Amino acid sequence: MARPQTIEDQTHGRAWRSLLRRPASPGDRLFQGTTLLAALSLLGLLLAMAAYLFYVAWPSIARFGVRFLTGSTWDPVKEVFGALPAIYGTLLTSALAMLVAVPVSLGVAIFLAELSPRWLRAPASFLVEMLAAIPSVVLGLWGLFVMAPVLYPLEKWLASSLGFVPLFRGPVFGGVNFLAGGLILSIMALPIITAVVRDAILTVPAAQREAMLALGATRWEAISQAVLPYARSGIVAASILGLGRAVGETMAVTMVVGNGYRLTARLFAPGNTMASKIATQFNEASGLEINALVELALVLFAVALVVNLAGRLLVRWTVARAAGGGQ
Amino acid sequence: MMGATRTYMRRRATNYTMIALCGLATLAAVGILLLVLGYTLVHGIAYLNLEFVTQTARPLGEPGGGMRHEIVGTMVLVGLASLLGIPVGLLAGTYLSEFGGRVGSLVRLVADVLTGIPSVVVGIFAYAVLVRPMGTFSALSAAVALAIIMLPVVARTTEEMMKLVPQTYREAALALGIPRWRVIVSVVVPGATVGIVTGSMLAVARIAGETAPLIFTALGNRFGFAGLGEPIAALPLQIWRYAVSPYDSWHQQAWAAAFLLVMLVLVISVLVRWLTASRHG
Repeated sequence: MARPQTIEDQTHGRAWRSLLRRPASPGDRLFQGTTLLAALSLLGLLLAMAAYLFYVAWPSIARFGVRFLTGSTWDPVKEVFGALPAIYGTLLTSALAMLVAVPVSLGVAIFLAELSPRWLRAPASFLVEMLAAIPSVVLGLWGLFVMAPVLYPLEKWLASSLGFVPLFRGPVFGGVNFLAGGLILSIMALPIITAVVRDAILTVPAAQREAMLALGATRWEAISQAVLPYARSGIVAASILGLGRAVGETMAVTMVVGNGYRLTARLFAPGNTMASKIATQFNEASGLEINALVELALVLFAVALVVNLAGRLLVRWTVARAAGGGQ
Repeated sequence: MMGATRTYMRRRATNYTMIALCGLATLAAVGILLLVLGYTLVHGIAYLNLEFVTQTARPLGEPGGGMRHEIVGTMVLVGLASLLGIPVGLLAGTYLSEFGGRVGSLVRLVADVLTGIPSVVVGIFAYAVLVRPMGTFSALSAAVALAIIMLPVVARTTEEMMKLVPQTYREAALALGIPRWRVIVSVVVPGATVGIVTGSMLAVARIAGETAPLIFTALGNRFGFAGLGEPIAALPLQIWRYAVSPYDSWHQQAWAAAFLLVMLVLVISVLVRWLTASRHG
């Protein structure tokens, strides 16, 4: 922690701050006030989101209470709305996505940070980042017309040979199901996990791996026993942020998850997530169903808020620790 | 001796296996990207023609037709959202970089969290704030939703880019007796222009393909642009509606529209990379 202050630190911190405290000219005050207002608008937006979602969701909250979260029927005719299958769908597809994306992203990050030849590093990083830039609806289009038809025969084979496992029980309809949703989500979570893990690995001091290599370790032993443990909190933070991405992702998963609303362990069953339920149902909804869909958005907001807050704080802590020299 | 050799062989095998797996993971990630791009480009070029850009949708069964309304709609939405989102984002980023302090630290965290709030939630928020009270879906509400998505992205990149301007520049200007606001406007901002422009372009690329928030705000409009208080058509929205329809001709139009979106994103990404690379090089 007690790092000696450089001249850069002192000028950046103390001198600059003392200038701030000096009585400012009217122009300065106006300028600072305007920028402060803009900055505070971000905070205001977050608070307004919570307030407005709660306000519009209130009729549904008042009517159903906890039953909204535990009920499993969504019946606009009888005006009974339970979100459990959608919540379950979000959990199932996100878990699938993490199961695929975390190991693959780890591999990609390790390759980019530790193994890749120097000339390949920048272009490969660029390509992986490009994956995040593809619009969700385009990825959904691809998933629907290219990925799902490819998965279909594979799923039929799994259902016929491993059908005794509840996860793989048939019937299989056309490749649009929980599994496809999870796989598409894994593609969308991959770039952010990779980027955060790679940055975490790059903060590991070179001495850490050199010491290991000097003891006669292989490259992989140095990575797995000296580098990855050091970057552990960064890896956890990356996974949390990836989870946040998977939980809130809407269009791509809406297009490939099917449109079922049942609690089932079958990966080959069509399903829904919270986000996809909102997207598919909204334009046909009226009356109380709209309030119920907004309540679903409120739940999603709360989950995203907690997950992202946790992830970001962990990233900050990791960076601060690395800058402080580490413990 | 034999035992030691066997251990060594095993360690070496593990080493090579794991390195190969890491390389394979990278190949898979890049491969998926190329597959998605490849399919979109091949299908898109096959169905894209001049008619697609200049004509409006025809009734089912009639061949041809295009997405003029949707293209115009997306341009209006992206333009209006940029007009709303970028200036506020620039100012907020300026505060974070130049004034900061404890408020700045909180706002920085809030901006990062806002970036992670699902766009579908932002859309529902815009619906609750604008569409419900106004009683109609509208271009304005959609642009506001997109601007909210842009805001934290622009603010954070602006901050990062302004922080790259050396502190000594600011001090040199201050030593000349120039007021702080003038230092920021005339010294810091010009020094960070390239970065700020690229950040804004990335934010534009991000919202151009956004679909989910438009469902609750823009709604779509078959009759073309009718003003900011009316529903408006948009490319991504139409891709989704056509993709989940059962008609082959609509699927083809969806691919052509996806091609346009992907080209836009690709061009912006490459341009940004070129701009940032030439600045460092």
